[in-house]
Amino acid sequence: MSIRLENVTYTYMQGTPYERVALQNINLEIKPGEFVGIIGHTGSGKSTLVQHFNGLLKPSGGNVRIDDIDLQQNKNAAKQAKKKVGMVFQYPEHQLFEETVFADIAFGPRNIGLSEAEIEIRVRKAMQFVGLEYDAVANRSPFQLSGGQMRRIAIAGVIATEPEYLILDEPSAGLDPRGRREIFSQIKELHIATGNSVILVTHNMEDVLQLATRLIVMDSGQVVLDDRPETLFWNHQDQLQSAGVDVPHIISLLQKLRSAGINIGECQLNAESVAVAVCEALRRQKHDQ
Amino acid sequence: MGEIIKTEQLCYEYRGAEEQRVRALSDINLSIQAGEFVAIIGTNGSGKSTLAKHFNALLLPTSGNCYVNSFNTCDEKHLWVIRQDVGMVFQNPDNQIVATIVEEDVAFGPENLGIAPMEIAKRVEEALQIVGMTDYRQHAPHLLSGGQKQRVAIAGALAMHSRCLVLDEPTAMLDPRGRKEVLQTVKKINKEEGITIIYITHDMEEALHADKVIVMNQGTIVQEGSPACVFSQVSFLKSLGLDVPLAADVAQELRNRGIKLPQQIITDEELVVALCP
Repeated sequence: MSIRLENVTYTYMQGTPYERVALQNINLEIKPGEFVGIIGHTGSGKSTLVQHFNGLLKPSGGNVRIDDIDLQQNKNAAKQAKKKVGMVFQYPEHQLFEETVFADIAFGPRNIGLSEAEIEIRVRKAMQFVGLEYDAVANRSPFQLSGGQMRRIAIAGVIATEPEYLILDEPSAGLDPRGRREIFSQIKELHIATGNSVILVTHNMEDVLQLATRLIVMDSGQVVLDDRPETLFWNHQDQLQSAGVDVPHIISLLQKLRSAGINIGECQLNAESVAVAVCEALRRQKHDQ
Repeated sequence: MGEIIKTEQLCYEYRGAEEQRVRALSDINLSIQAGEFVAIIGTNGSGKSTLAKHFNALLLPTSGNCYVNSFNTCDEKHLWVIRQDVGMVFQNPDNQIVATIVEEDVAFGPENLGIAPMEIAKRVEEALQIVGMTDYRQHAPHLLSGGQKQRVAIAGALAMHSRCLVLDEPTAMLDPRGRKEVLQTVKKINKEEGITIIYITHDMEEALHADKVIVMNQGTIVQEGSPACVFSQVSFLKSLGLDVPLAADVAQELRNRGIKLPQQIITDEELVVALCP
């Protein structure tokens, strides 16, 4: 049970003068229940990579398996397997099209062939997950709502298909800080509640640090790092930098404080925990003098 | 020098979904000096972009006034001068590129002003040089990175000889490298070319670079001052749903725990110095 890529290579516009290798020899496995962050600068191949996870792109070389089903080999089984992977694109609100919020979110479940009763249950559940009140908005036009609400509707539409692997490409782009926090706390809750895998493509290192249990760093179409976020951010800063990825601000602040002589111990990476650790370190220093 | 943008009791209303009036801005009074770097922060829907669109007469006040270089934006006579003086850069780099070659895109504005070709060529060259895109002058804009596209958009305004640039979340769709490129370019044209900058952002670390920060909430200005003065009000900003710079956040948490720190700490360096004098 996993999404597995073996020696996957992808070349855009193969056989034309614009030919460009976007992915080179990728080997990786996404297991059920993982929360994976995928980072890398623009053009590093992140989006190309995740579009292989549900067969939107066919590899130029190598193969992709979802739960041991090879997407290239077995047409019918592959079709079923792809349904296990839900994809929320960048700016998904641009893809809303139905007349009501309900109809838009119901589109996915209806395509799977669920009964009307089951569809309504799915829609209600999905709306609850993303913090939309069913009675207040289900019958309104999605186009009358704010950008943040439209984003939630689009995400709910994918969640309603109950994918075992949920891919989100920059889900917080363009939202204000509160909107961003809300979306991420809902994704986190969803991950905990369903136990399904979440794959998050993002530029925002702070978010990755708070959420992901595993981090994949892409550069020039290759996976250059693959480890726990804390490990990467503390121990592989040079490689991150050469991949064009920033270390989260909170880690660089901790380093500055340490190199200034404040002996901060291990702490969680948020402002409050850092403050507690600094107080602790100052107290120890006073005691030692 | 002097005042480049001024608003007096500016209000803006629009018709909402069920024909009811929605007030997007109320009683905005502000004054922006030529050469200033002003950041505007606020949540989605707080009126930032609506206000910014008044600065080059894309929107006109429902009541009150907006002046650009002392010209009232409601006076149609001055529309061309105002639009030339105040350039705009929007969030989505793909929505503001019109030509198929970088230098033609930069030339689009001055061409529309009816400027002589020799002069246009000179301006395009200067503008591309300032934003560091000279090497890409013959490139197709759609193949550039987001940060490069935004720099081309900035060059377009420079080639118009705009004296003021309004940037509406210009880095929201960019990766960290693109964000840095754009912010550095903006700082450069402010410092070296003396161009007035009005910079709308959700990124508080970016707003730290401004001379002045304006905080908007529900269509009004709720706070205005230097970054140090605005960002040291951690709990107030958080109550509006905004972030604060990390150092300010940590400093506030330390104060809450009885550590004595100066009031205005907003950068990592200030925090380090305060803790290790």
